[in-house]
Amino acid sequence: MAEEVILLDFWPSMFGMRARIALREKGVEFDMREEDLSNKSPLLLKMNPVHKKIPVLIHGGKPVCESLIIVQYIDETWGHESPLLPSDPYERARARFWADYVDKKIYLALRTLRPSTGEAQEAAKKEYIESLKVMEGELGDKAYFGGERFGYVDVSLIPFYSWFYGLEVLANFSIKEECPKLVAWAERCMQRESVAKSLPDQYKLYEYLLERTKKLQAQ
Amino acid sequence: MAKAGEVKVIGGWPSPFVMRPRIALNLKGVEYELLEEKFGAKSELLLRSNPVHKKIPVFLHADRPVCESLIIVQYIDETWPSTGPSILPSDPYDRATARFWAAYIDEKWFPSMTGIARAQGEEAKKAAIDQVVEGLFLLEDAFGKISKGKPFFGGDTIGFLDIALGCFLGWLRVTEKTHGLKLLDEAKVPGLAKWAERFCADDAVKGVMPETEKLAEFAKLIMAKFKAPPPQ
Repeated sequence: MAEEVILLDFWPSMFGMRARIALREKGVEFDMREEDLSNKSPLLLKMNPVHKKIPVLIHGGKPVCESLIIVQYIDETWGHESPLLPSDPYERARARFWADYVDKKIYLALRTLRPSTGEAQEAAKKEYIESLKVMEGELGDKAYFGGERFGYVDVSLIPFYSWFYGLEVLANFSIKEECPKLVAWAERCMQRESVAKSLPDQYKLYEYLLERTKKLQAQ
Repeated sequence: MAKAGEVKVIGGWPSPFVMRPRIALNLKGVEYELLEEKFGAKSELLLRSNPVHKKIPVFLHADRPVCESLIIVQYIDETWPSTGPSILPSDPYDRATARFWAAYIDEKWFPSMTGIARAQGEEAKKAAIDQVVEGLFLLEDAFGKISKGKPFFGGDTIGFLDIALGCFLGWLRVTEKTHGLKLLDEAKVPGLAKWAERFCADDAVKGVMPETEKLAEFAKLIMAKFKAPPPQ
């Protein structure tokens, strides 16, 4: 009998989106529970006492935390016929490296960009675009980061696409102009049901970003 | 089996991150060449092999580079699966647990430790020390749950999480010495204190863990460099 799968999540979270996509890629039924981050549930605090953050995957009552660790856990537990990570150790190391790059460089650049204004915003925009261009370089002419098949690196990066429109409006730039191949890759990923179902509507996300940015800038 | 000259580690003896792949290779009994980087000047080979981050360690296997210390350790475990002990646990949940604590150590605990040296003023220093101690309590609890009475996080032999944490023991001792602290206090974190002794005494670790004295001297050198006015 299949054990219950719960995902503690927050709809705009790119990290939550990663877990949603991975579960859907594997055809795993799960109960997605929306957290109010200003009022965290007792379950969240119990399942992730160290960081108190989402996403948290709860499988048969046992918690797994940190989005990329969750994605690897999902990959190792279900659907061995359609793995997200490649089988060759060198290719696996490469996939892990680039997913790590997304967290270390792209996410960090994004965090700097969001609350910034004026000159600082221009500098942050440049950093963000540079980090996306490095990914675009790594993609090259491949359909997906791993080659022909949608995989781990794609899962780690595609959630960022849902934020593109909002960022473009708020910071006045065009990601499509700067990184056309990356946007083409993103649109290709969006054709997959697992991705389309897991990423929120870009306009809804823009409204959320607008509200949050106003709050951050007021601080 | 690796051919002679096929396996290399680009690194520096003081770096705890460089220690990680070295311990992993020792556990697997794989011979390797250490290409020592000079502090303050990055070699052509390093810049070519890790153009994205330009950092050590870089692992070269038949000239193909692998970067990021924990990624390298996993690569070593997966490339030499049948020689030496398994470094990652076999159960997916245990693997997730090991990865979780390794990420915690890298993202929260180790930065809190270097925070002690960087703290300005007594209050800030005390806050930094409290953070490190709090982290050690968490890790002590994790050790109890994960080791289940065995000598290491990995069980009977050194594993992924042992390597992830153990590599920082040299720098931990330097911090204790420099600031007159007892962080790995047997009275407060007995499990970890004893684990640390076992870890450092292990054959896979002995040759690569730098002596505290030598590391303390090196620490003084880099502190001096950071405090010195920039060259004109």
